[in-house]
Amino acid sequence: MNVLTYVHAFFADGAHWQGYDGIPRRLLEHIGYTLLALGLAAAVGLPAGLLTGHTGRGGNAVAFVATAARALPSFGLLVLIAVGIGIGLLPVMVPLVLLAIPPILVTTYEAVRSVDPSPVDAARGLGMPEAGILFRVELPAALPLVLSGVRSAAIQVVSTATIAAYVSLGGLGRYIIDGLYQRDYEKVAGGAALVALLALATLALFWGAGRLAVSPGVRRR
Amino acid sequence: MAAVALTAAAALLAGCSSSGGTADNPLAEEKAEKGTVVVGSNNFAESTLLADIYGEALKAKGLKVAYKHNIGSRETTYGLMKNGSVTVLPEYNGSLLAYLDSAAGQESAEAVTTAVKEKLDSRLTLLESSPAENKDSVAVNAATAKKYRLTADSTLADLKEAAPDLVIGGSPEFQTRRQGLDGLRSVYGLRFDSFKALDAGGPLTQSALARNTVQAADIFTTDPTIVKEGFVVLQDPENLFGFANVTPLVAKENLPEEGVEALNAVSAKLDTATLRELDARVQLEKKDPLDVAKAWLASAGLD
Amino acid sequence: MSGFFDIPSDLQHSYLGLIGLHLREALLPVLAGLLLALPTAQLCARLRWLYPPVLGVTTVFYAIPSLAVFVILIDYTGQTELTVMIPLALYSLVVLVPAIVDGVRSVPPETLAAATAMGFGPARRWFQVQLPIAVPAILAGLRVATASSISLVSVGALIGNQGALGNLLADAQRYDRPELALNSVLTTAVLAIVCDALLVLARNLLTPWMPRGTRASAKTARRPEPSEPEGALR
Repeated sequence: MNVLTYVHAFFADGAHWQGYDGIPRRLLEHIGYTLLALGLAAAVGLPAGLLTGHTGRGGNAVAFVATAARALPSFGLLVLIAVGIGIGLLPVMVPLVLLAIPPILVTTYEAVRSVDPSPVDAARGLGMPEAGILFRVELPAALPLVLSGVRSAAIQVVSTATIAAYVSLGGLGRYIIDGLYQRDYEKVAGGAALVALLALATLALFWGAGRLAVSPGVRRR
Repeated sequence: MAAVALTAAAALLAGCSSSGGTADNPLAEEKAEKGTVVVGSNNFAESTLLADIYGEALKAKGLKVAYKHNIGSRETTYGLMKNGSVTVLPEYNGSLLAYLDSAAGQESAEAVTTAVKEKLDSRLTLLESSPAENKDSVAVNAATAKKYRLTADSTLADLKEAAPDLVIGGSPEFQTRRQGLDGLRSVYGLRFDSFKALDAGGPLTQSALARNTVQAADIFTTDPTIVKEGFVVLQDPENLFGFANVTPLVAKENLPEEGVEALNAVSAKLDTATLRELDARVQLEKKDPLDVAKAWLASAGLD
Repeated sequence: MSGFFDIPSDLQHSYLGLIGLHLREALLPVLAGLLLALPTAQLCARLRWLYPPVLGVTTVFYAIPSLAVFVILIDYTGQTELTVMIPLALYSLVVLVPAIVDGVRSVPPETLAAATAMGFGPARRWFQVQLPIAVPAILAGLRVATASSISLVSVGALIGNQGALGNLLADAQRYDRPELALNSVLTTAVLAIVCDALLVLARNLLTPWMPRGTRASAKTARRPEPSEPEGALR
């Protein structure tokens, strides 16, 4: 039996579509963890990236934070916090948020830094306040890159949120962990396929968001 | 920087030398070095402890022993026993029978062992069972026991009314095993609100039950936290969880006769009280299982 | 036996042994990934139509959680180090191919024309002009792949003690000894930082022509391509 047969068998089994362990419920849990982690990371990373990018100060701090966060092992943090304070949402959120911050922060910083300086100077010359420059000149121009940073974070969080299952939470990782211990490859392959599909859907979502949100003038470049 | 690089290089070398032998060539793993007895263990503390006891007892008879610890659940280890990558594994006779044949009845420990031997892969056999028993059981925490008036005399059947309000926890494999949710449903008609996958009777399960994250859980009867946390173990009159005497599962061809004798000698000396005491040393006193194993073998005159 | 450095006997390694094992399980795959990525990237850089489909396949693969790949591989390679290292090599490949392609593509056309005019053949031009100029981008990719690989090895603990320092995490849970988990996280993080520092050092040694100032960010002549996948546990 190859992997595709397992995947097919998994989706064909009606029992996998209902109840607390059904696909809809697990999918929603997974999306929930992802959105929460991404939201928290964006709440930290976006303002910090915009501010450091706009002022041009703190670039080294940004690089340091990114390197440090990248060095922390997600799975290790998960187990450490779970063993330390017990199972729950917190041990899952800490590694996921730390995972999502570097791509958002670094890309936002780089995006704002790489905006063509001439329109920024022109805006400043016209007497636009700094906040106006940031939000009405720099941000629209930087938006495609900023979105790509958030997208990169989102894909990683979707994929990594599977570890929540190791500390007995839900999400699509449930199928992978349960399948490992139950030696049920249908579950493992089905779970992996669902995570990959969700990642693809995330890509599509960001592509669509880019089409809608990015100014046509910027997009054409 | 140079010092760091040097340390890293030293560590790399240490890693290469200390992982010599079978680990060095991953593909060689399937066929263990000839003459070496590979003792495996499942992913819970007692299994590691028992594997250490078996392994050290075999070493005492002059056999070459390699350990393969923390492999996973029975669903995985049984496969590794069948293909010969593991020679000896601590098992529980009735639990193994339920895995091999979920419908098999369990009347007596001897009958169970006989039944297991019939169902086993032809390359495998069970040696003598020890009197030491460690069953799965369903336990509720003190608060739940109080709320639904459950005592040590209550049975699983008494849980029927309460079950739909309760979350039950256990290892991921508990969800699909007969000695798990399947059997609880078909034998006692228990339908729980939901199942929470934890670990095989380990700290995750213990703390989830103690903190009321789950109200009922699969707890091993030798678990030292039952007394400590005031869990109430429910009686199992239908004998769903059957017999679970600690018994070595071995691959016949790869274990010499003196090994068989050594393991049978261990089984003869190991009883439930002893097992509980050794478990407590590992799980509560945080002693290393290998040290505990060696100390017990010495005290039992098996070293 | 409940100290920070008291490694449980079931791991069958000393602390240093675990570190060595961890580095081996993490770094060999990155090396293998790099060796595979170089020709793949060259192909993608030369045949432009090949790049989008390759990028598509790698993006999907990158989204598959490592644990799922481990479990599926168990049937073929057993519960061994190899089972852990194969997916890690593939993840490294996935990170490195776009990094190298972007790096190589950032070489200005006039530079290439100059090399051709000097009589460089395609092979010589690749090794002596394009690759050296792409070094900062390649090293940036290697940094991400290495950090990711070091972090991911730990997940191997779930398939039977194959996670090197990650096995400490499983034991921390099994024996309820949080200090083992702390040891694992700190040691893994230190390894990642040390390897990262070594890669930065290597980049600085390999690109003596780059002015100090621009080294801080791995920007190439072109606008940076920030969509490089970042490493993490999947």
